[in-house]
Order: sequence, then C-alpha cells, then structure tokens
Amino acid sequence: MDVLAGLFSTVYIYLDSIAFLLLSALGLIIILGMMGITNMAHGEFMMLGAYTAVIGTQAGLPFPISILLATVVVGLFGMILERLVIRRFYGNLLQSLVATWGISLLISQGMLIALGPSLPSLPMPLGGFKVGGHAYATYRIVLALIGLMVLLLTWWLFNRTKFGMRARATMQNAEIAQALGVDTTKMYLIVFGIGSALAGLAGALYVPTTVIGPFYGTSFLAPAFVTVVVSGGADVITGALLTSIVLGIIEGSFSLTWGTTIGRLALLIATMLIIRVLPTGISGYIAARGERKR
Amino acid sequence: MKSKNIFSTLASRLNGPQSIGHSPVFWTIFIIFIVLLFCFPLLFSEYEVVNLTYFFSNLFLAMGLSLIWGCSDILSFGQMAFFGLGGYAYGIIGINLIGAVSNTNLAFLGGILIPMAFAAILGYFLFYGRVSGVYVTIITLVSTLVFETFMAQTAGPQWAIGKALLGGYNGMTNIPSIQLQIFGLNKIFDGIPLYYFVLILLIAVYFFLRYLVNSKYGNSLVATGSNTLRTEMLGYDIRLIQVIAFAIAGALAGLSGVIYVAWGHYITPSTMGLTTAALPVIWVAVGGRKSILATIISAVVLQYFAQYLSVTGSEYAFVILGALLMFVVMYVPQGVIPPIANYLNKIGKKRSVGEPVCHEEGERT
Repeated sequence: MDVLAGLFSTVYIYLDSIAFLLLSALGLIIILGMMGITNMAHGEFMMLGAYTAVIGTQAGLPFPISILLATVVVGLFGMILERLVIRRFYGNLLQSLVATWGISLLISQGMLIALGPSLPSLPMPLGGFKVGGHAYATYRIVLALIGLMVLLLTWWLFNRTKFGMRARATMQNAEIAQALGVDTTKMYLIVFGIGSALAGLAGALYVPTTVIGPFYGTSFLAPAFVTVVVSGGADVITGALLTSIVLGIIEGSFSLTWGTTIGRLALLIATMLIIRVLPTGISGYIAARGERKR
Repeated sequence: MKSKNIFSTLASRLNGPQSIGHSPVFWTIFIIFIVLLFCFPLLFSEYEVVNLTYFFSNLFLAMGLSLIWGCSDILSFGQMAFFGLGGYAYGIIGINLIGAVSNTNLAFLGGILIPMAFAAILGYFLFYGRVSGVYVTIITLVSTLVFETFMAQTAGPQWAIGKALLGGYNGMTNIPSIQLQIFGLNKIFDGIPLYYFVLILLIAVYFFLRYLVNSKYGNSLVATGSNTLRTEMLGYDIRLIQVIAFAIAGALAGLSGVIYVAWGHYITPSTMGLTTAALPVIWVAVGGRKSILATIISAVVLQYFAQYLSVTGSEYAFVILGALLMFVVMYVPQGVIPPIANYLNKIGKKRSVGEPVCHEEGERT
C-alpha cells in the first residue's frame, strides 16, 4: 500500500509538471510554432485571461463560465492586436519579439496602474482526495485532462478540417494559398485569434492555483517558450505533447529530489542539450526519422 | 616615420567603414561634449553627479548589447544575467578580501572576467551548437530567469560565500566601493572620483569598440550579422567570431554590474527580472542598435526621462517606454537617431556627420 501511495504521489507530481508546461504553451504553439510570431506578450495574454476569469467570478458568474468568457475576451483582444500591430511582423521572428515585448510592458504596467498590484484569489474548486495519508487536489488532475483535451481539439481543428488545411496552407506559403482562393488576411486574423484565446483559457485555468497580479504571466513565459522551441516546427502540436511529457518528467524528477529551483535549472539545461543535439526539435527529429524509414 | 604610420593606421581604424561619424565637425562636437562632461561636477551639485554616474554605469551593458545585436544580429537577454553575475562576483570577492588587502583589484577583475567566462561558455554552447536567431534570444532569456530565481532563494545563513551573505530576495548588502591599488597608489573611488573613473572608462571602452568594429575582426563580425551563410562560405569561422563578440558583451555587462554595486553598495535579484531586462533592449532599439554612439545617447536620455517621470510621481514610465519600443519597431526599425543624423548630414552637406552604420542592408529575421 505504501509503495502504491508513493507511486501515486510521484505520478501526481509528474502530471502536474507536464500539465503546467502543456497549458503554458497552448497559445504559443500556434502563435510562435505555426505563425512565426515570437510573442513575448504571451504571459500578458494569460494574465488578461486570469483577470477576466476573476472579475467574471466576482460578478457572480460560475467559474467554468468565467473561463469561457476569458477565452473569448482574450481571443478578441488578440484579433484587435493582430490588426493593429502583429500583421506587420509575420515571419520576422526577431522584430516581432521586440515589438511584442513593448506590448507586454504596456499591458502589464498598464494593468498595474489600472487595477493595482493584486486581485483577490479564488478558492480551489472541486476539493481534494486522499491517497495513503497525503492530500491531493482534484483540480490539478482536471487541469491535466483539460490540457490534453484542448490540445487534441486543436490538433483535430488544424489537421482534420477544411479550415485547418487552409490555415496551414496560409502559414506555409501565403502567396500560393492566396492564389488558390484562400483569404489569407482573414486566416491570419482568425488563427492569431485562436492562439490568443487558448492563451487566455490557460491563464484562466490556473487562476485558483496562485496569486493574481499584473505579473501573473511572467512565470508561464519561460516554460511556454521552452516547450514550443524544444518541440520544433515540423508538427508543433503533437511535438508539444511529447515535449511537455519529456521535459515535465525531467523537471518533476529534479524538483522531487532537490526542490523547484533545481527543477527549473534542470529544465533549462535539458532544453539546451536537446536543442544542441536536435536542432530541429523533437518533432523535427521524429519527422526526419519517419522519412528515413520510408 | 614609423610612429606616424601607426597613428594613421589607428586613425583609419577609428574612422573605418563601420564607423560612427568621421568628419571634422563630428569630432569637434565630440570633443566639446567630452570637455563638458569633464566639467560637469564643477557646474552641478554632487547629487546630479552621482545620478549621472548611475546612468553611465549602465552604458557599458548597452554598448555590449549594441555590439552583438547591432553588428551581428544576436539579440541577447543574457546581458542582465551577466550584469548580475558581475555585481555578485564583485560583491563576494570584495567583501571577503577588503579587510585583508584593503583594495578591490581582484574583485574588480573578477566582476568582469567571471561574467566573461560564463558568456564564453554559454556562447560556445549556443554558437558551436548552431543555435541561431530567436532561439539564442529565448535561451538567454531563460538563463536570466533561472539565475534570478536561483539568487532569489539564497536567503539564510547557509547561503554565504566566506563573509558574504547572498541574502536571497533582499539581496547582498555592504558591498565596498571600488578601491584600486596600482603601483603603490591606493585610491577609493566614491562620489565625484567615481564619476571621473566611470567617465574615463566609458571613453576608453567607446574607442576600443569603435576600433574593434572597424578592425578585420569587426568587419567579419558585421559580415556574419549581414549574411551568416555567405560569410561562412567565404571561409570565416562564424562560430568563433560570434562567441568572441558574445564574451566581450558579457564582460561589458559584468563591468556595468560591478560599477552599479560599487555605486549603490548593494544588489538584489530583481535587477535581473523581466522588466529590468527590457530596459537595455529599449535603449538600444530606440537609439539605433547599429550605432554604439546612438545607443549611448538614447540610454542616457531615456534614463533621465524615466527618472523624471517617477520623480514627478507618474507611474507611466514603463507604459510609455513599452509603447515607445513598440512604435519604434513598427515605424523606425533602424532606431530614432540614425535618421536624424542623416538629416543633419543633408543640411550640413558634409560627408557623414555622426552617421552610424554597422551594416546598411535591410532588416532580416
């Protein structure tokens, strides 16, 4: 029984790490991985989602509805931003990075002025359960499941629908897609909107686990970038799932033994090693192997 | 005869193709400006001098960023980590040795060489691993965040190196001023002497970098930034070229850190946070990243501006800086100062007055 309880606790910690990486990366998978915009304001998108969820809940909405509201609000916000700023920078990774960093400062510092240093935090929903004398939060397991579901849904949307095919065609070669009758401007707008909405969703989902302030997004930024970069460009969505599992297990193992800081350090070093060995990322490596077999 | 040759070579290196203004008008203005800066402590109060010293302390870091970002298109967020590393290294060595040897020679050197070594190692890893473009930026960003998180949890007596307590989020305090012992002369640099020390160092580093970018190495560095593949095909070892630039920039960031901690006698991990890491990028991008001089000017102006805003009680400093960064990248990606310099050129009909170019080709990813 003790062995089983210990095993469960380890799995729980791994699951938590994996879910954190996956959910942090959700929107960025699309915006950086597919569209080539190095979105430094990704954390701020998540912060906006969290703020919407908190304000919605305070206004009396049930928490799940507030999460949906956050998804929609941040999605719309992203679309406005795309029209005004982002569309100048497609394919220009470095310039988009600097521009979106400006946006990130603007949003977080603006929010600090507008609503102050923190919002009241929400209680953890769904309660908890006990295994072998240790208490666990059900919500954290639900988070992992939602993360997986949203990722599968995104994969389905981009790989199995007509819209997804048009979107991928636009991202791969906008000119030819346009020549074939795809409204690429609209495609960019919608896909960026979806990416932003997913960031807002992830931000709202993590609301009950931590303190909500203007710099809420900062802690998600590094894990998000690490996941997307290690995943690589070949098939970023499935790559992200694999990457978050690999990195999540590495981070989880090191945090388990030596604490979270060493866990983060291990995450970074693992990232650097993987990029060094597999310059096209995990998904690029898999794609290359698949071709060799054929 | 020979000495004249050396002099003319030196002059041509300083006025070379990657340079930053060659005309007599430019040099006259430059010298007048330097003289004014030397007179600054005579004209203003000590408070103003100490304040300006603080602004100057950040310029080394900004110049280093201008070197790697402007010349060879490597945008690094690691500069703040190297800054912090330099500061902590200086503090740790200084606190431990000041009682024994009553100088900070070793701490000063350590504060520059340790970040330089770290930059060289990280650079080796990145550039020899063929990591390029935005991936360099992201890895350096993550490194900075990890270093910040690590230093923030070093609270408590178990985190001490010799006599130096790292102090966790509250930071390290009681860091000694710069006290150099050279040939029996022992001088503490504090207040106005520190200002002169930093000013002279600043001019020296400026000329060193100006010489560097116009040397054979500098040309190959700029070539690497302009077209990496072509440069490599022409037989240059681009990896080594980039690692050297990265290490120099790391050393300069470390120097900034050393001067900052010697100036304020303390350092906290928050000096390496995301918000502070944005500042050097804003200075360099707004001024014009391809010119070291433009970087210097915009760094001083923007620091004065931010301080003016916070002194007058406005909270909008960072909001305005963020908006500024966004608009500059959208509308004047080469920075604000180069177009102004061009305009002055046309008016004066002089050949390149203060015209800063590292490479003139268009923007690249």
